[in-house]
Amino acid sequence: MSAVSGFDVERIRKDFPVLTRELPGGRPLVYLDSGNSSQKPAQVVETMRDHLTWHYGNVGRALHVLGSESTVAYEEARDKIAAFVGAPSRDEIVFTKNASEALNLVAYAFGNPVGEDERFRMGPGDEIVISEMEHHSNIVPWQLLAQRTGATLRWFPVTDEGRLDVEGLEELVNERTKIVSIAHQSNVLGTVNSVSPILARAREVGALMMLDASQSVPHQAVDVAELGVDFVAFTGHKMVGPSGIGVLWGRRELLDAMPPFLGGGEMIEAVWMDHSTYAPVPHKFEAGTPPIVEAIGLGAAVDYLNAVGMDQIKAHEKELVAYALEALPEIPGLRIIGPRTPIARGGTISFTLEGIHPHDVGQILDDVYGIAVRVGHHCARPLHLRFGIPATTRASFYLYNTTAEIDALVRGLHHVQKVFG
Amino acid sequence: MYQELILEHYKHPQGRGLREPFDAEVHHVNPTCGDELTLRVKVADGGKVLDVSYDGQGCSISQAAASVLHELATGSTVDESLSVVEEFTRLMQGRGQVEPDEDVLGDAVAFAGVAKFPARVKCALLAWMAYKDALMRSQG
Ligand SMILES: Cc1ncc(COP(=O)(O)O)c(C=O)c1O
Repeated sequence: MSAVSGFDVERIRKDFPVLTRELPGGRPLVYLDSGNSSQKPAQVVETMRDHLTWHYGNVGRALHVLGSESTVAYEEARDKIAAFVGAPSRDEIVFTKNASEALNLVAYAFGNPVGEDERFRMGPGDEIVISEMEHHSNIVPWQLLAQRTGATLRWFPVTDEGRLDVEGLEELVNERTKIVSIAHQSNVLGTVNSVSPILARAREVGALMMLDASQSVPHQAVDVAELGVDFVAFTGHKMVGPSGIGVLWGRRELLDAMPPFLGGGEMIEAVWMDHSTYAPVPHKFEAGTPPIVEAIGLGAAVDYLNAVGMDQIKAHEKELVAYALEALPEIPGLRIIGPRTPIARGGTISFTLEGIHPHDVGQILDDVYGIAVRVGHHCARPLHLRFGIPATTRASFYLYNTTAEIDALVRGLHHVQKVFG
Repeated sequence: MYQELILEHYKHPQGRGLREPFDAEVHHVNPTCGDELTLRVKVADGGKVLDVSYDGQGCSISQAAASVLHELATGSTVDESLSVVEEFTRLMQGRGQVEPDEDVLGDAVAFAGVAKFPARVKCALLAWMAYKDALMRSQG
């Protein structure tokens, strides 16, 4: 039982049958890789199963009972997600296949001859601002955009402590900046970035601002209206939902002004042989048959998270990360990459063990103890280059993790040191 | 997977360090995990491998594999060592289903367990692929 009042981690664990799994050799599963992808509660699986078994039809285009049941469930999922992130309008929730697609969707709106809006015009002399702590999904789409348009890609550096270095904010975000896109929470450092100073500067210079909230929406209450940015991307599989579904939230007025992304069925209003007109948002951005059951599953995931309570989840994770930040540094040669205090950071801890490659750490933890962590650069290679290391080991916590699992990790790491010492 | 022999080679790498003279130098990386290896070969006119020298960073599997390769290849011939590379590659790509030929592989047979871990096969092969590449270049 967690010390967070009313939060019963043992009861929550019962909703995730996989957590009771015994791996070959009698190792109990210790899942510390939710930053990569989270496990799914029975409620989500059952909702998807029920829909596939009894209600499935295509959405938006079938008149029969099944088609309308599917359409209703799909659109209800949109309502749930809109409410979950405080979207002023349900039409501002665009379903994508993941966060990467949501980020690309926005990047492709810039410098696109199909669009006419001044804010999305981009060419040589214009600037795009990201940061050194981004996931490749929030780097590569902007590199491609810069290549297509001749615009310049720039970035915030990261401090030794693993915080965004905003010292040069005034110069970095300037009159030439068209878009700033940064992580709300880093998938490596755990750092939660303070949005308001950067947003204030973006507004001053007339730039748009996007947040990659893939690592924040699963772990804390996020209110897009309160944040005040223009676009937010997140992904279903990290928030107890299925893979294959992601979300772009955008301000209605901007989504209206943007050109379509993919062309196809359902995104049109009318089609002639030589041109088309487009459906209103969000459908303008949802070409083809969408991930219907995945969206419905994400709706169920949001119901689940709401029932537990996002504030409770955040408090529980804070407790876990504080515990881990105390316990891990006791291991000789362990260096945490990221903030060492449980302030403005989430439940993701990356570290190196002196003289031992993360691959070997991860392999021993898995083989001997059934502990699942992630090893490598976690799709954030530039950040690892910044710290002068090729790779790290990352433990990431979620609502179903316990301090006992952190104890197991610490025991495992001591054993790793014995093997390679 | 972590056979004693692998750990020994990892802790006490044989022939590590880049040496002169050499006929060819290659640099291979494993982009998914950041393992890196620079490798040089020196071959005599008769096809005898005089030296395989290397330097790099990476996990125990990748580094131990380089050390074992150094021991097996140095002093053998180009043809002999290429047949060991071939057998090692066959073993690594066999998903744990391949019965290794110990006579050909010698110490490298200790890596048989790695073949069951698809994510690690590339680590074991890094040095061996680099060696093959370097030989090709040295033969020009
Ligand atoms: C910060 C961050 N951004 C983007 C992504 C990409 O998410 P997806 O792979 O679902 O597109 C991830 C997760 O992998 C992430 O952690």
